[in-house]
Amino acid sequence: MAYFLLRRTLGFVLTLLAVSLVVFAVMNVLPGDPALTILGMDASDDALAALRKQLGLNEPLMTRYLSWVWNALWGDFGLSHSFRVPVSELIAERLPMTISLAVAGMLVTLVLALSLGITAAAQHRRPGDWGVMFLSQLGIAVPAFWLSILLVMLFAVKLRWLPPGGFAGWSDPIAAIRSLILPTVALALVQSAVLARVTRSSALEIMRQDFVRTARASGLSRRRVLWRHVLPNALVPIVTIVGMQFAALVTGTIVIENVFYLPGLGRLIFQSIANRDLPTVQALVMLFAAIVVTANFVVDLLYVVIDPRLKARA
Amino acid sequence: MFDLPLTKPLPALTLAFALLASASTAAELVVGMQQEPTSLDPTADATASIDSMMTQNVFESLTTVAENGEVQPNLATKWDVSEDGLTYTFHLAEGVMFHDGSALDAEDVVFSFDRAMGEESVNPSKDIFEPITSVKAVDPQTVEITLSGKDAFFLFNMGQGDSAIVASESAEANNDNPVGSGPFKFDSWTRGDRLTLVKNPDHRDAADVALDKVVFRFISDPAAATAAMMAEELDAFPGFPAPELLPQFEADPRFRVNVGSTEGEVILAMNNAKPPFDNVEVRRAVATAIDRDEIIEGAMYGQAVPIGSFYPPHGTAYVDLTDAYPHDSAKAETMFADAGAAGATMTLRVPPFPYATRSAEIIQNQLAEAGIDAKVENVEWGFWIDEVYKKKNYDMTIIAHTSPNDMGNFARGPDYFYGYDNAEMTALWERIQTEVDSAKRDELLQQGQQMLSDQSVHGFLFQMPLLGVFREGVEGYWTSSPVLYMPLKGVSVAN
Repeated sequence: MAYFLLRRTLGFVLTLLAVSLVVFAVMNVLPGDPALTILGMDASDDALAALRKQLGLNEPLMTRYLSWVWNALWGDFGLSHSFRVPVSELIAERLPMTISLAVAGMLVTLVLALSLGITAAAQHRRPGDWGVMFLSQLGIAVPAFWLSILLVMLFAVKLRWLPPGGFAGWSDPIAAIRSLILPTVALALVQSAVLARVTRSSALEIMRQDFVRTARASGLSRRRVLWRHVLPNALVPIVTIVGMQFAALVTGTIVIENVFYLPGLGRLIFQSIANRDLPTVQALVMLFAAIVVTANFVVDLLYVVIDPRLKARA
Repeated sequence: MFDLPLTKPLPALTLAFALLASASTAAELVVGMQQEPTSLDPTADATASIDSMMTQNVFESLTTVAENGEVQPNLATKWDVSEDGLTYTFHLAEGVMFHDGSALDAEDVVFSFDRAMGEESVNPSKDIFEPITSVKAVDPQTVEITLSGKDAFFLFNMGQGDSAIVASESAEANNDNPVGSGPFKFDSWTRGDRLTLVKNPDHRDAADVALDKVVFRFISDPAAATAAMMAEELDAFPGFPAPELLPQFEADPRFRVNVGSTEGEVILAMNNAKPPFDNVEVRRAVATAIDRDEIIEGAMYGQAVPIGSFYPPHGTAYVDLTDAYPHDSAKAETMFADAGAAGATMTLRVPPFPYATRSAEIIQNQLAEAGIDAKVENVEWGFWIDEVYKKKNYDMTIIAHTSPNDMGNFARGPDYFYGYDNAEMTALWERIQTEVDSAKRDELLQQGQQMLSDQSVHGFLFQMPLLGVFREGVEGYWTSSPVLYMPLKGVSVAN
């Protein structure tokens, strides 16, 4: 187990280092001068030169890369080129929004997908199953941004139940929850559609096995068999998908935050790329990469917990 | 768009949600903005939304520009010009205070200009200060500015956000905590979400200010902007991003739609320094091949005024040259053949703005009808500004030029990305720039328009419209914008 943890931690660090190199290289190879992007078409050469100097763009690439990595190790991601405040400050401002959205999206996805998936498996080849399969097919086919627009048109414009977008923070919890409902649903529906299918087929697989038949034969109720015996055993493939889905949810916030004009990291990365804000883009890509790698790491650990057979191999 | 009978069966729920919604207070205006700025300092960043929110609202300059483009007094209540036209003596308004309570006097003006003109300055319009040789404080209420040569646009430029008067104590922090002297004070900025201004009760014109509070909300997606307006989350969207979405507001009695003019000329720029566009006949063939009405219909949903040269139709010097090259595909094809460019292939590199990408597809078709194969390359903004604008690595592109008085771009010779090098034009611009008599200057500007049309320097497409959507009850917004800012002083809202 100790070796497993050590190996995974090393992998984690190496992955992030590789990501940092790629991001830095890509952002610097792509044409586009941050100073020119900030000052615009009418900027004079004087002003451009002064801004380049101010942003430290005249230093050699290698020097800039190394000092960035070194500082990042101590939690200093430098000054944002366009906002001209520390990148860590920008991220700290926006993190609560994106985390709230991703966590809420994950919870809704789990509740919806597990109950729908199990129901479908229990109703195998009956109307309940068909209904779930049809809905999930629809959910997979519908793009998240289009679904978002439909939700806004219905619940914000037509019915006026919920705000069409924006998020003012957690200081007013009721307003915060109201703002999060539509984006969460938009984010979760597509993911639930995928997960419900996985849950259904995984549960069907388990239901065909002998111990389930034995449990049924020993007089346990159908419901009890499903939740007590089928679901726990069906969890291994579900956990894998959930791990990947959490990563997809975090990155999915980029689209959702733009449609619902939410002040989160997804909107920040979008804006920073357009503004050629190198330090901010670099820090955000690192953060997203770290979230994805961590999610995979947690999935691996959960395997061991859920399936004792894997413990020996770990 | 939706007409589902869902409201009626659920009155209790609707009521519950309505009670949860917060009530709005009097004289508060919520304004939608497409572009969020990254800084709030108009003297350090070119982003148009900074000027739109801050200039003449939070920050003030010596002069200001009215909706008709006329220069008016502002911090300077009057000015004297020396006989040679080189020395301007500005008399500052009495008792002006910055929002932090410190007095605004001649020393602050000197500081602001030194800062903008200095070597370390990152002022995006550094060149408007170029003619200035000295800025002196004569006494606390009087400033004397001397120019190296006559500058017809000097007083106009002094009214821009780039020339805002700031204080030495607060200038560095204006980036995210702006301190100006204007009728509105900065209150708060939640990046990615909103910016709030409140009325400055100590301002000399405070009696004319109707709004107590203004909240700018940043919504970049056009569909989201429409939904926010429709849900009455916003009172105004003065620069609405999508012409195709306007009809639903026009049809709705709750809203008022305004189509005004801006200083933005949208052009099909051709690289005059590079074959085949170094040949004026090829450029004329392009002008003959394009059909502006079709472009305006398709790219702007009919909401724009065509232009035949480089000057805004609302300007006093405007001449209508839209008939100089009547659209005729067959004739264009012959013209291309005569100029030895028949069957040429070329690229049209387009920045990621809807007006540009939509126009590009239509122009591609129109050129194809004249036998020219144009490849459309959609590129992102960072790439465009570096490759096309800076490195001049392009055949054709589409771009809006939004600065006022920018015919001077054609006088910049081969250095500018147009690659247009005409000594006659350079000399003419020199005269325009130094002609302080406005009637004579208009005459010269007309000559300039004629010259650009004759030389068919670019395909001149249309003037960028200012599309605004307002809730009924919002009054006093500018309907056109001769400058980048939008004064809130005359705006009121009936709740």
